[in-house]
Amino acid sequence: MGKKEISIQENLSTERPLVRWLLIGAALLFLLVMLVIPLAAVFIKAFEDGVSLYLAAVTEPAARAAINLTLLTLLIALPCNTIFGLAAAWAITKYEFKGKNILITLLDLPFAISPVIAGVVFVFLFGRPGLGPWLDDMGFKIVYAIPGIVLATIFVTFPFMARELIPLMQAQGTVEEEAALILGASGFKTFWYITLPNIKWGVLYGAILTSARAIGEFGAVSVVSGHVRGLTNTVPLHVEILYNEYHFSAAFAVASLLTLLAVITLLVKSFVEGKRQNDKIQI
Amino acid sequence: MFLPGFTFKKNSIIPGFGLTMGFTMFYLSFLVLIPLSTIFINTAGLSLHELWGILTAPRLIASYKLTFGTSLAAAAVNAVFGFIIAWVLVRYSFPGKRIIDGLVDLPFALPTAVAGITLTTLYAPNGLLGKFLALFGIKAAYAPLGIVIALTFIGLPFVVRMVQPVLASLDKEIEEAAASLGANRWQTFSKVIFPEVVPALLTGFSLAFARALGEYGSVVFISGNMPMRTEITPLLIMSKLEQYDYGGASAVACALLIVSFLLLLVVNVIQWWHQRRYA
Repeated sequence: MGKKEISIQENLSTERPLVRWLLIGAALLFLLVMLVIPLAAVFIKAFEDGVSLYLAAVTEPAARAAINLTLLTLLIALPCNTIFGLAAAWAITKYEFKGKNILITLLDLPFAISPVIAGVVFVFLFGRPGLGPWLDDMGFKIVYAIPGIVLATIFVTFPFMARELIPLMQAQGTVEEEAALILGASGFKTFWYITLPNIKWGVLYGAILTSARAIGEFGAVSVVSGHVRGLTNTVPLHVEILYNEYHFSAAFAVASLLTLLAVITLLVKSFVEGKRQNDKIQI
Repeated sequence: MFLPGFTFKKNSIIPGFGLTMGFTMFYLSFLVLIPLSTIFINTAGLSLHELWGILTAPRLIASYKLTFGTSLAAAAVNAVFGFIIAWVLVRYSFPGKRIIDGLVDLPFALPTAVAGITLTTLYAPNGLLGKFLALFGIKAAYAPLGIVIALTFIGLPFVVRMVQPVLASLDKEIEEAAASLGANRWQTFSKVIFPEVVPALLTGFSLAFARALGEYGSVVFISGNMPMRTEITPLLIMSKLEQYDYGGASAVACALLIVSFLLLLVVNVIQWWHQRRYA
C-alpha cells in the first residue's frame, strides 16, 4: 500500500523516466544539430587555412573599413534608439491616454516587417522614386551611402529598447515619481534620481539587444548600401561579398568575429537577465 | 488644449507628457510611418490591371508558394521542438541546462548572414550534414528543404521563449488534482496542461511564421535562388528594385506588408483572447 502511494505520487509530478529521457534526448539532439554544430562550424571553417590567413582576413583594409562602418552605425543608432525608448516608455507608462494600445502596436511594427521592406522604404523615400533627384541637386546622398545604412539600422532596431522598458516601467508604477515630485524635485531630477536607477538593468538589456541586431543586420542594410567596398559595406555585407567570391575561409574568419560577438552577447545577456529580475523585485 | 468634456489624457502630476509624447510621435512618424507610406503611395500609382499583372506573374506565384510553404513547415517544426525544449527546460534537470537555456537565444544574436553561410556550408552536398543526407538521396542546400532548415534556425527561439514562462507559471496543484481524480499522466498532459499552453504556443508559432515570411539574410545563401524553384518573395522585391522596377517592387512589398500586418493582428487577437480567458 505504502509503496503504491509513493509511485502514484511520482507519477503525479512527472513522467516515467523513459519518457523523460526521450524528451531530453530529442531536445538536445535538435539543439545539437540546429545550434551547436553550426556554431562550431563557423570557427572550424574560419581557421581551416591557418591562423595567419585568419589574421590577414580580419585585418585587411576592406575588413577594417567594414568594421569601422558597423561601429559608426552602432554609435549613431544606439543613442538615438535609447533616447527614443526612454521617451516612449515614459509617455506610455507614466500616463493614461486614449490610443495607447495603438501606439504600442505601432512600436512593434518593425518586428513584423521583412528587413527587405525596411530597406526598400528608404529607397522609395530618398532614392530615385522619391526625394533622390532633389537631394542630388542639393549635393546630398542618403541611399546607397552611409546615412541610408544608419536609417535602415535605426528602423530595424528601434523597438528593442522600448519593448524592454515598457513592461518594466509599467510594473514599477508611478508612486515613487509622484513622491519625488510632491517633495519638490523637478521633472528631470525625478527621472535621473528615481526612474533611471530603477530601470538601469533594463536599459542595459535593451542596449544589448539593440546592439546585437544593429551589428548583424543584413537584409535592410543590403538594400540601401549599394555595396561599395571599403565605403558602404558593413561587416555582414563584407562577409557576403567574400563568400560570393568563393573566399570561404576569409568569409568565415570575418563571420567568426560576429559569432564571437553573438556569444558574448548571450553571456552578458544571461548575466544582466538575473540583475534585471532584481529591478523588478525591488519594487 | 483640448475641448472641455473631452480629455485625451487623464490628469497627472508627472511632467513631461508633451515632451516625451511629442518626441515619440515625431520619431515614429519620420522613421516608420512616412517611410512605410511610400510603399502604399508607389503602389497606388499603379492601375488595378497592372497591379494584378505584377502580383500574379508565374515567377511570383511560385515564390508565394515556396515562401508560404517553407515558412509554415519551419514554424511547425519549431512549434513541436520548441514545445519539447521549453518543457524539458522547465520540468527536468540535467547537466548543462543553464548553458542550453542561454544557447536557445543564439539565432536572435547571430547575424542572419552568418547563419546563412554556415548552414549552406554544412548542408551543401559536400558539407558535414549534407553528405549524410545525400546518403539517403536528400538534397538540402539549394533546395526547398534548405530554406526550411534556415527558417527553422531563425525562428527557433520564438516558441521556446513564449511557452517557457507559461509552463513555469503553471500551478502544480492542478496536475495533482487531475491525477488524484484518476487521470493518467497523458490525460493530465493533454486535458489539463496543454490547453493552458495553447495560446502561448500559437503566439510563438505565428511569430516564427511571420519572421520566416520576411526572412532574407539566411535564406539567400542556402536557397540557390533559382527562378521558379527556390526564389523567395523578399528576394524578388530586391531583384525588382535592382532592375529599377519600382512599381513592381512596391506592389510585391505592399502584398507582403499586408500579410505581415494580418499576422500581427492574429498575434494580438490570440493575446487578447488569452488575457480574457485567464484574467
